[in-house]
Amino acid sequence: MPTEASPKASGSAGRAASALLETRDLTKEFRGFRAVSDVSLRVVEGTVHALVGPNGAGKTTLFNLLTGFLTPTSGEVLLAGRDVTGMQPEQIAHLGIARSFQITSLFDQMSVVDHVELALASPTGLGYRFWRSSSAMKQFRPRAMELLDEVGLTDRSGAAAGSLAYGQKRALELALALALDPKLLLLDEPTAGMGLEDVDRTIALVKKVAAGRTVVFVDHNMHVVGSLADTVTVLQSGQVLAEGTYEEVRNDDKVITAYLGQAGDQHV
Amino acid sequence: MSSQLVSKVDVDLPDAPSITAQRPYLRWVGMAVGLLVVLALPFFIYPPVAMDIAAWALFAISVDLLLGYTGLLSFGHAAFWGTSAYTTGLIAIHAGLPFPVAVLGGAVCAMILAVPTGYLAVRRTGIYFAMVTLAFAQMVYFIANQWRSVTGGENGLQGVPKNLGPLTDLINQDPFYFYYAALPLILIGVVIAWRTVNSPFGRVLVAIRDNPARARALGYDVERYKIMVFVISAGLAGLAGGVFSASHGFASLQELIWTTSGKVVLITVLGGIGTLWGGPVGAALVVLLEDRLASSGFNGIGIITGAIFVIIVLAFRHGIWGTARNGIGSWLRSRRRAREDA
Repeated sequence: MPTEASPKASGSAGRAASALLETRDLTKEFRGFRAVSDVSLRVVEGTVHALVGPNGAGKTTLFNLLTGFLTPTSGEVLLAGRDVTGMQPEQIAHLGIARSFQITSLFDQMSVVDHVELALASPTGLGYRFWRSSSAMKQFRPRAMELLDEVGLTDRSGAAAGSLAYGQKRALELALALALDPKLLLLDEPTAGMGLEDVDRTIALVKKVAAGRTVVFVDHNMHVVGSLADTVTVLQSGQVLAEGTYEEVRNDDKVITAYLGQAGDQHV
Repeated sequence: MSSQLVSKVDVDLPDAPSITAQRPYLRWVGMAVGLLVVLALPFFIYPPVAMDIAAWALFAISVDLLLGYTGLLSFGHAAFWGTSAYTTGLIAIHAGLPFPVAVLGGAVCAMILAVPTGYLAVRRTGIYFAMVTLAFAQMVYFIANQWRSVTGGENGLQGVPKNLGPLTDLINQDPFYFYYAALPLILIGVVIAWRTVNSPFGRVLVAIRDNPARARALGYDVERYKIMVFVISAGLAGLAGGVFSASHGFASLQELIWTTSGKVVLITVLGGIGTLWGGPVGAALVVLLEDRLASSGFNGIGIITGAIFVIIVLAFRHGIWGTARNGIGSWLRSRRRAREDA
């Protein structure tokens, strides 16, 4: 039983609530190895949905399937009821799914503000204009600076991305995802490798940007999952092990066994 | 699909901030000096050789657009240079049009050929991309070799005229004047290359070079961008090849053979990739060296150019221009620091 009723959690409780993202029996095999196996997921619009599970549970593979970087062996991915299975990453980006990468993935020699401008220019088609001066990109500068302010990178806007500290790189990843103004934001381990202080700042940041959006994120840090997620899906060996609110899955016997192995049984 | 996640030619790029970023006026000074050198070249160098340098410089710039700015190694660029060389010759011989028109026609043909080549090649990355381009180039070579009635087969296309209205006699009498008549075509190509790399399109290219998966996640259709830059590059190679054949008055199979593709990559890497200036520097070095060695009656030109290539690649990671630029940049920085300390 959820003790505190958040407005979002009540939405996820009702099956009638519309699913922004849905997968049906999604499976990905790599040479016979099933990294993701018959995963059926429903992400309700306006909620924050966490994917957790031990290493190798198939979380990142699932992300790659959702964003078109991998093509599923079988099954479907639906975005707002529309079948997007097998679409290319750039097409999916235009449909309103933005992602951040688990391993920080930036253009090392490009300045921070140029990154955000590049993301903002993407839907406009300006990138094809090889006959225009690159100063045309400056039209996106005010919005880029707003976004950098939102993630706390204003004072680093001119720096090359390669020179940023780790936490700053993660913040830039988030700014890039936001620049695409996505309906659905996928964050692959937004707090991986962060110190405590950065983790809390990231939690606050994700909370802020989650307003009016649907967010799916992967994280190993249970503090992060507990603070952010309306719904938690636990994956193990590519399969859904349990799903529910944070409180529900935390007390689920199967989850305790999966995380603690036999030790869980011995101590209970 | 997963191959796209591990996909790029491992190109060595300058890691220091460029000098022009620190001192914007240096860019204009550099351009003015470059233009002066280009204009003065036939006063100091035998004009046909100067013309060769200019043509190879643009050819190398076209390769750099792919290699240095997009991270694609084309090993079949002779196809575009050679196709344009032949087309330019055919237009000039059979239609008797002024040579700049013939050269532009040749460049257009090279771009048309680049559409299917690029379409198939960009589906692969790294060495496979290079192999697809090489395969296309070999096909073009084979066709040119077999289609004797049009191309002259092994004899090549002889007697390409240089027409230019009332100036026809002047440019045919003295290659010195032909150089200035043809130079605008080369400069147009250089301006197109410069505009392309300094455009929003150029920004996307660099993003694709550095991190193609990320560029796709931002919504950029990486393959489409690669096809576009491939066609632009082929057009520039075509401009250069057309000028080359008009200058020499013939087009031969030498223009299409795979070693020509290799030579232009060598020139580009020697000069320094990702700079646009590197191509001209490398072209001047290689063309002049080959000219000196050939006129001295030395037969092993390849040994000398090969040895120089090995030495420069080992000693100067960023090529001649890239190394010089980084050197000047750090010298300027240290001087400024010294001034600030004083």
